Amino acid sequence: MFYLISALLQIIDREAVEEVRSNREIPEIKPGYDIQLKVEVPENKRRISTIKGTVIAKRNAGLQSTFRIRRHEAGVCIESLFPLYSPNIKEMKVLGKRRVRKAKLYYLRDRMNALKKQ
Amino acid sequence: MQSFGAAASVSRSLMRRVAQVFCKDPRPSPHSSSSLYFVAQLRKLCAMPENDDDPICTRIIDAKPRVMTPSSKRTGVIAVKCGMTGVWDKWGARIPITILWLDDNIVCQVKTPEKEGFCALQVGCGQKKEKHLTVPEVGHFRAQGVPMKRKLREFPVTEDALLPLGTSIGARHFLPGQYVDVTGITKGKGFQGVMKRWNFKGGKASHGASKSHRSMGSTGQRDAPGKVFKGKKMPGHMGVDQRTVKNVWVYKIDPARNLLWVKGQIPGATGNFVFIKDSVFKKPDISQLPFPTHFAPEDEDPTKLEPLVAYLSDTDPFMAAE
Repeated sequence: MFYLISALLQIIDREAVEEVRSNREIPEIKPGYDIQLKVEVPENKRRISTIKGTVIAKRNAGLQSTFRIRRHEAGVCIESLFPLYSPNIKEMKVLGKRRVRKAKLYYLRDRMNALKKQ
Repeated sequence: MQSFGAAASVSRSLMRRVAQVFCKDPRPSPHSSSSLYFVAQLRKLCAMPENDDDPICTRIIDAKPRVMTPSSKRTGVIAVKCGMTGVWDKWGARIPITILWLDDNIVCQVKTPEKEGFCALQVGCGQKKEKHLTVPEVGHFRAQGVPMKRKLREFPVTEDALLPLGTSIGARHFLPGQYVDVTGITKGKGFQGVMKRWNFKGGKASHGASKSHRSMGSTGQRDAPGKVFKGKKMPGHMGVDQRTVKNVWVYKIDPARNLLWVKGQIPGATGNFVFIKDSVFKKPDISQLPFPTHFAPEDEDPTKLEPLVAYLSDTDPFMAAE
């Protein structure tokens, strides 16, 4: 019966992902992409902030998939983690792609301007 | 009660008079259940022949919705813990969810005051083959006339909440938005030390503490009392205990698959059985609950039912904080 239960969770997860994908257009996101997000923050009186940065990591976990963005803002480097299927991400746009040879680009934390344009 | 065996010579008219005195109205009320039991036991010992139109022997439980009173108690249900996920509710807040599967719950035995002395329903969950069950278990299912179940559990109910034998209980027994108490056997943790098992503070990490960073410390006084008290918290086996998590919020009900989406954590590992009952402290709304259980109408197709989600407030909770 255990395989039934794990299959059930997979089915539910898949259905939830399909439902979100049919309502919203979510582009393909890979490490090395430059993307621009419009995020609505419910705690901050639902203001929509624009976030522009590079994707340095992506974690595949069905509905709980997340990705990390690294950006420069006012002289400070900020890394943020976002759930891919969150209803608070209103818009996602891919601005450019860079050639990378890794899945997780954590080496960028030690370097400046390490990525080359494709 | 064994000494009553010699009372076989008690006259029939006397017994009938006793029965009349104790059970005046044909529909027994909850208060006379103990007297019903007493008379039924007395009858058995005196070997009196039973009539068909006796108010005590015949009890017809029909599968119809009834009115729930504040003192009524419904059955619980047996479910399988399927796993955990997370959802975003309609306002964008994150809710951790445990999914519970009500796998084919059927009433396997009805316990009444006349025969057993109390009101209870024995509910069975799952399926099992006859070759995997012991002979006494198979005999129990055969005697009741009920399919073979994997897990049985008895839930005490009030007399107006009794269900007929063989009634199936589904996910619609509960309402989305109500609170439930969930009981399960916790995950096994093995032999554990005192810091994990009893939340002891342990010893100093440095400053000369010699080999006593996670130890118990002292176990008592000196030669008065001269012993360690019983129940002293010590290292030992932890886990595999029955625990109840109270006031668990039901977020969503999927009647097509008999699933209950519940907020938060539940004792036990994935694949284990849990027992769900209406919450004792945060009592649900009596007028809305299906009592004694939800009876599906004949023409309803169970595969076409939509999931029901709990009612969340109409006003945005994040904006209301200003």
